[in-house]
Amino acid sequence: MMRMSRTLTFILLPLLLLVGTPGAFAEEGGGLPSANTNIHDQASLQRGARLFFNYCVGCHSLKYLRYSRMAADLGLTEQQVMENLDFTGARFGDPVISAMPAADAQKWFGKDPPDLSLEVAAKGADWVSAYLHSFYLDPTSQVGWNNTVLVNAAMPFPLWELQGIQTAVMGPAQDGLPPQVEKLVLKQAGSMTPVQYDQAVRDLVSFLQYASEPAALERTHIGAWVVLYLALFTFFAFLLKKEYWKDVH
Amino acid sequence: MTEHVTVHPRNRLAAWIEERLPVFSFLASHTSGYYAPKNFNVMYYFGSLALLVLANQILTGIFLTMFYNPSAAGAFDSVQYIMRDVKWGWLIRYMHEVGASMFFIVVYLHMFRGLMYGSYKKPRELVWLLGMLIFLALMAEAFMGYVLPWGNMSFWGAKVIITLFSAVPWIGDTLVTWIMGNYFPADATLNRFFALHVIALPLVLLLLVVLHLAALHEVGSNNPDGVEIKQKKGPDGHPLDGIPFHPYYTVKDLFGVGVFLIICAFIIFFEPTVGGYFLEPDNSIPANNLVTPAAIKPVWYFSPFYAILRMIPSKGWGVLALLASIVLLFLVPWLDRGKVKSIRYRGTGYKVALTIFAIVFVLLGTIGADLTAIWIPEIFGANADVTFIENLYGRILVILYFGFFVFLWAYTYFGWERTRPVPERVSMHE
Repeated sequence: MMRMSRTLTFILLPLLLLVGTPGAFAEEGGGLPSANTNIHDQASLQRGARLFFNYCVGCHSLKYLRYSRMAADLGLTEQQVMENLDFTGARFGDPVISAMPAADAQKWFGKDPPDLSLEVAAKGADWVSAYLHSFYLDPTSQVGWNNTVLVNAAMPFPLWELQGIQTAVMGPAQDGLPPQVEKLVLKQAGSMTPVQYDQAVRDLVSFLQYASEPAALERTHIGAWVVLYLALFTFFAFLLKKEYWKDVH
Repeated sequence: MTEHVTVHPRNRLAAWIEERLPVFSFLASHTSGYYAPKNFNVMYYFGSLALLVLANQILTGIFLTMFYNPSAAGAFDSVQYIMRDVKWGWLIRYMHEVGASMFFIVVYLHMFRGLMYGSYKKPRELVWLLGMLIFLALMAEAFMGYVLPWGNMSFWGAKVIITLFSAVPWIGDTLVTWIMGNYFPADATLNRFFALHVIALPLVLLLLVVLHLAALHEVGSNNPDGVEIKQKKGPDGHPLDGIPFHPYYTVKDLFGVGVFLIICAFIIFFEPTVGGYFLEPDNSIPANNLVTPAAIKPVWYFSPFYAILRMIPSKGWGVLALLASIVLLFLVPWLDRGKVKSIRYRGTGYKVALTIFAIVFVLLGTIGADLTAIWIPEIFGANADVTFIENLYGRILVILYFGFFVFLWAYTYFGWERTRPVPERVSMHE
């Protein structure tokens, strides 16, 4: 038994270290503050959806998410979705497609605004949250805005009327390099206080996180039962093994 | 080893079949007639677990092929279709994806068990060789499966790995174009990888697994003491230290399966990407031959070998070193001249060398997974020369990796090993 537990430690310890590493680095790596999202907070998801359909869907699609699926997952009725969120005349079973023609997008921004169905899966909730906090007025850029998280982003900042207008305080010029942004300051207040805006971004990012994997809602719910069942199964398998091995010496 | 049992079924239909095709005798011979050493420890779970994962991959794979679209235009969309619109599609896909990584965890531990207890030594050389062939086929299978979702890391990973074949003298570039069916990974590549992933390689894998088990059942299982149990038989002709695989190890493995499935379920239901290691964030972006991911790196289970490739400054030698790092594993039964099998009775040199080898393998993995690029600035400060430190550290690890095989040969060939006496019978630690 001693030898067995020693062998077990020998195997499990490195495994635990390996499994623990990504978590540890997710917090440190990039140094982005946590987005604090919660996809199980349905009210937050509903507020996030409202923000998305008021401010984002003009340019960005969620081509892998259907209105009907969203209604079911967010606890909304067909009528609520069709009247309050569907601005493109799409049918209830259709995916969320932006109304903006691709040709116009190319002309206005130089590129198609990306589909956001998998944005959180690709970039992480923390990144999206930080991105939405980091726009500032930049007269030198083509769209009038710039971003410290995604430098020279082609996107104008649609949430400015909520957050207000930030400007950049530039650091001293390093030799040979252009001056870097030191910090962002709120120059003109928006309709929301900073605390309210933080919550709004949290809602919006939670909604996008949900959109990147709608199955996550039922996944964790079912998972608890599966693990519980397996634990019970393993316990009985252990008793069975003990019974059979009684006579092995 | 297998003792041939003849079964006479009482059921008339079963008896009718048995007379014409002795399936029941065959099954009995390989389960209740197969005598395994009674002293298996925790390291002996991974063989049956590998079989379980293989079954999982085939079953979930069949359902995935029903909905997956193997074309450059449709592959990425069809994966999202499976994740969102197909009933329970997300579960099937996560089981397949987590299964792939678990396959390698289980197989690496299974191989390490072989090195610990000398399971590759006479008379089990063929068991080891067939096992290594399984590992090779598994790597090809996993690589092609990784390309199928057609995410951006699939695309660039495929490009980097296939381009390795350009190191072949004379025909290299032609070979690369021939494999891809284009000048970069494209529709033709995806189609042929799909065919190889779902038909060709699974058939090869299954055949090799059957041969691996057949060879094992001929010579019998090794055990943590490295004692040949068939040398001490009781009056009934059964090995004194052997117990029938069924029911003893079937119930024991059932318990192991339970523990293993709890771990798998935790991952599948609560952390299916495992922090971006099992499913990489860059693969949530569709394949794009104009946008390179920030860091092109293979999925975690290839990272130790990828690190060996990267640490060698020339491409040709790098590919050769990569090849050698796997070929040398094939040769272990002949590099190791020691007569004592189990690490319990081997010399201190072997214990130290194997421990270092295992640690080096994991550390090489951290280089291949680009973790050192994060660690080095943290340890040595932001101004540290990451490439220089990484190369120095990585090359020491590469030397240690290959050093293990040189040491293993020299240590046993020149008789430097001081072994301890091997007991007559196996020991039980209860």
